[in-house]
Amino acid sequence: MKADNEKLIESYSDKLPPSVLEEIKVGVPGTISKEKLIQILDRSILVYKNAKVHAGECVGLVSAESIGEPGTQMTLNTFHFAGVAEMNVTTGLPRIIEVFDSRKIISTPSMEVFLNSKINQDVEKVRQLASSIKETRFGELVSEYSLNIFEQTLGIKLNSEIIADKGLTTKDIVKLIKAKVKNFEVESKSDEIIFTQKSKSEDIKDLYGIKEKLKEIKIKGLKGIVQVLPVKRGEEYIILTSGTNLKDVLALPEVDGTRTVSNDIHEVREVFGIEAARQAIINEVYKVVESQGLNINIRHVMLVSDLMCVGGVVKGITRYGVVSEKASVLARASFETPLKHLINAALEGEIDNLTSVVENVMINQPVPIGTGLPGLVTKMK
Amino acid sequence: MERQVYKKINSIIFGVFSPKQIMDLAAVKVVTPELYDREGYPVDGGLMDIRMGVIDPGMRCKTCGQKLKECPGHFGYIGLARPVVHIKFVRQVYDLLRSSCKYCGRVLVPEANLKKYLGLLENSSSEEGFEARRRKIKAIVTKYKLKDKCPHCEKKQDKIKLEKPYNFFENEIRLSPIEVRARLEKLSEEDLELFGYFKGFRPEWMILTVMQIPPVTMRPSITLESGERSEDDLTHKLGDIVRINQRLFENINAGAPEVIIEDLWDLLQYHVTTFFDNEVAQLPPARHRGGQVLKTVASRIKSKEGRLRHNLAGKRTDFSARTVISPDPFIDLNEVGVPVSMAMSLTIPVRVTEWNKEYLIKFVQNGPKKYPGANYILKMDGKRKTITDETKEEILQELGEGYIIERHLMDGDIALFNRQPSLHRMSMMCHKVKVLPGRTFRLNPAVCNPYNADFDGDEMNLHIPQNEEARAEAQILMLVDTQIISPRYGLSVVGCIQDAITGNYLLTKELVLTRAEAVSLLYNCGVEDFSRLPNKEKIDGREVFSVLLPEDFSFNGKDKSGNEVKIVAGKLKSGVMDKANLGQESGLMLRNVYEQYGPAYTADLLGKISKLGITVLARRGFSIGIGDLDLSKDSRDEIKDVVDKSEEDVNKLIKNYYDHKLEPLPGRTILETLEVGILSGLNKARNRSGDIAMKQVVNSAAVTMARCGARGNPLNMAQMTAVVGQQALRGKRIDTGFRERTLSYFQKHDLSPKARGFIRNNFKSGLVPNEFFFGAMTGRDALMDTALRTPKSGYLYRRLSNAMQDLKVEYDGTVRDASRRIIQFSYGEDGLDVSKTKNGVIDVKNVIERVMEE
Repeated sequence: MKADNEKLIESYSDKLPPSVLEEIKVGVPGTISKEKLIQILDRSILVYKNAKVHAGECVGLVSAESIGEPGTQMTLNTFHFAGVAEMNVTTGLPRIIEVFDSRKIISTPSMEVFLNSKINQDVEKVRQLASSIKETRFGELVSEYSLNIFEQTLGIKLNSEIIADKGLTTKDIVKLIKAKVKNFEVESKSDEIIFTQKSKSEDIKDLYGIKEKLKEIKIKGLKGIVQVLPVKRGEEYIILTSGTNLKDVLALPEVDGTRTVSNDIHEVREVFGIEAARQAIINEVYKVVESQGLNINIRHVMLVSDLMCVGGVVKGITRYGVVSEKASVLARASFETPLKHLINAALEGEIDNLTSVVENVMINQPVPIGTGLPGLVTKMK
Repeated sequence: MERQVYKKINSIIFGVFSPKQIMDLAAVKVVTPELYDREGYPVDGGLMDIRMGVIDPGMRCKTCGQKLKECPGHFGYIGLARPVVHIKFVRQVYDLLRSSCKYCGRVLVPEANLKKYLGLLENSSSEEGFEARRRKIKAIVTKYKLKDKCPHCEKKQDKIKLEKPYNFFENEIRLSPIEVRARLEKLSEEDLELFGYFKGFRPEWMILTVMQIPPVTMRPSITLESGERSEDDLTHKLGDIVRINQRLFENINAGAPEVIIEDLWDLLQYHVTTFFDNEVAQLPPARHRGGQVLKTVASRIKSKEGRLRHNLAGKRTDFSARTVISPDPFIDLNEVGVPVSMAMSLTIPVRVTEWNKEYLIKFVQNGPKKYPGANYILKMDGKRKTITDETKEEILQELGEGYIIERHLMDGDIALFNRQPSLHRMSMMCHKVKVLPGRTFRLNPAVCNPYNADFDGDEMNLHIPQNEEARAEAQILMLVDTQIISPRYGLSVVGCIQDAITGNYLLTKELVLTRAEAVSLLYNCGVEDFSRLPNKEKIDGREVFSVLLPEDFSFNGKDKSGNEVKIVAGKLKSGVMDKANLGQESGLMLRNVYEQYGPAYTADLLGKISKLGITVLARRGFSIGIGDLDLSKDSRDEIKDVVDKSEEDVNKLIKNYYDHKLEPLPGRTILETLEVGILSGLNKARNRSGDIAMKQVVNSAAVTMARCGARGNPLNMAQMTAVVGQQALRGKRIDTGFRERTLSYFQKHDLSPKARGFIRNNFKSGLVPNEFFFGAMTGRDALMDTALRTPKSGYLYRRLSNAMQDLKVEYDGTVRDASRRIIQFSYGEDGLDVSKTKNGVIDVKNVIERVMEE
């Protein structure tokens, strides 16, 4: 009986969207008769048809209004996540602007790294993993620098406590550094490393230079991950990071690649492709919308995201992005930098076919949207 | 006859004029900088030559013979003594010079690659749009413009530099525009294709030899009160150009030394440049004698106040009105109260026919001064006649079928009502006019929310559509009834507010009325059929409310505090009516009514419910006073205990911190752990005391309002009666101000709640000075935030709407943009319209329930 019903419901899949079918599946009692089920399904089709958008509906403008109007109600503040200095997360209006601008460099890149079931219950292991992916630079391990001007040497004392804490040894570090540093002899004495210039020049600038360069050398961890924070999310432990490196994180065997996310749209696009980027935009924007307690239907965010991603690359809602793609010269010119657009159009002999809204407003013609769309043709005898 | 549009503009082609075209187009060759002769008549061959159009009433254009307002104006031209660079094409000229050979005039692209690139460009404009093509061209050009050897004639190329704004140098030697022009002339048609110019374009046109003079109609002069003429900025600039051009001519002809000619040439270049763009970065802008910067061609087009955004994309209308708004809960939701004085100057054109002639004559008889009258008539030939006491008789005489009478606004007329900022489509809705005495627009307080209006002095605009098509469209698509459900979230945007909620809440919760009272109450809100009122002496409030509901309406829901609300067959069985079911942005019961009975019914019902609530409240009496905030001694003590205890806890926490006994939370420093602990401790205390306050003051008006959601919330109550609580700046306790302390009143390094912005007092008891100051700090922070946010979100909105305005649903259900590119295959993945759904989903449960009941 039940299987029959399911089959029947399945057979409507070309007439009703999956979400509705699912709801019917869950909603109907198991003992329902076939006639009633058909009745429900047919009635649902009717309800569904009644609720469909009309052709010509200017859904774009409705979406823009739906996102733009509550924009004034959003806060400007960044949200200080967990209080760690570098672990802020931009939310509110600035974040929405950032996503829609499709900025290459976002103000607070971060990831939520989910781990597989082997270790996600074990706090200690998660903590270990977290500290192992955090990028450690040489500068963090140093306790003292000493510059010897007469002998042209740079002595660096390492902080053995930190080194031990990070699970490193001085030997490893020296080895790493030797590979990176040219023109200098590298010697290690117990907890001190001494750099001597190979070619004896009088210039101590080089020594300063090497000191600054050394600080930046990556010793351990994944590039770009500035801060890590293991937290409990529901039943499991996950790692929040500040700074992103999706590619390298996904390569780790402990990581659950199906759930791990980054908030950097461009990175998501590079790693997973445009469809993922589209979903990432929706998720990021909707996260802000929800955190601000606003009620915006997801369709509106989806449409914006689709518009941004339609060309296969993520384009911002700016004069360089989506707007520059418009077919109409006048529509582009009425947005920003009108002269640029008019002059380019003139040189290229562009033709404005007046297919969108503003151009028609400009020349006092009905806009080809909504009721302006259908034309009435009468045959004169 | 009404004028109709017979022609439709199909497309607009952009291009660049060639010198020949400029001369062919011109009506005049301008030769003299003089404007008028001694009689004040425009000089022939001057800048105000009447062959370029007329700007004075009574004169006729010599070119087209039409009068002012009819003649569109005609272009003129001047021949420049020496060519000058057009400032807007400098970039292109520079690119062309650098990427072409100075000797043979070929592009510096090897023959072999030429074909390849051309093929690349051929399809790109149709497939990827102009912008993509532009980018490709740019890439090719940058690749080859730095080549120092011509691949065709093998000659060495010199480096060309552009010294902004318009001087070209080759090996430190200046290239005059003549030389530049000569080089551009050498470029062949085939090579030019690579740069993406339109067919037939010659690059030497970018160096001007003749200049177009815009028609006089584009730069009208104004006659001042003193009779003096004040010329337009453009005319001034053109005067400069003509003058210098003439001097240059004379000097060249007289064989003046090269230095003088060069100087004049430069000056001519400067004037031509500033004529086009007076905001070029490297040039001093041309000014009036007073020092005011001239507004020339570029600045006319640019910016928000420019031609495009101000005049072309922004339209203005007649038949509109604006005044202050005030509330009137006794007009319908979709009505707007219009002052009589306004109704007498806003008119609606009605055509006289056989059937309405008698009716319309009355309006003419009343004339413009008696309401309802008429102000004008339009004769068959389109002539307009004002109705006055003198002309009235004559008009009445001649009035016949086919005439149009512009009658005063009357009850039931269609109007569009709008409040700025018009952020969403509900900011402009269609209302029906109701002419009322007074000087303000009246509107039902229930529609305040979509307009975001209040009555503290807000003004709103009214527009009267003038033809049947506009009226039909407004009424069918924009009427308040049809806008009840927001397209943003699929719930109602209009709903009962304030008194209307309180009234219904009290009515359904506790009131018992006599039959007489109930009848009177219902009659007052427009009910005339009392058959559904139970036939007994004492009538429960719920029963009174139920009379308004449709007879076959059933609904199961929850009220604001989560208790069940049950309506069976049009009878409110249990539960109270409060914000959750009546209010705006929730209004679940209303949403269900809308679905089953349609827009018009819902609007009507909402109006009635709203009236009912307000009337109930007015008759019962409802007021709030300071006494509402009095707490019993017990609860005062209880609150004191709660706050004292939490303060104690916090102090203990601080002590632990100083004794290094505090355990840090994961990922935080000890100090941050402390802060988190303090904040949460104090906030808990405030919430607890708020709950105590809400519980204690059972029947005060303030609590009633908070409870049903009409106004206020437990937090407000807590702040008024118990404790204002911790003031936070950027998510943290207040921690800056003086060195190491917030105010000089406190000890340095004091971490205690009161020294870091905890306000222990409540608003009723009053704050002490330092508390007040902390309150002011957060208050200002909030103000700053709003002030900074508004322009940011405004810009975001502008960008969004500009980018998305031409997305629409096609007949096949896909969402496409203006170039018919598919954005979504099905709108929102299932093609549902949010405003026709409940929060974006269709109510399957309801369907199942109803089928099962059958």
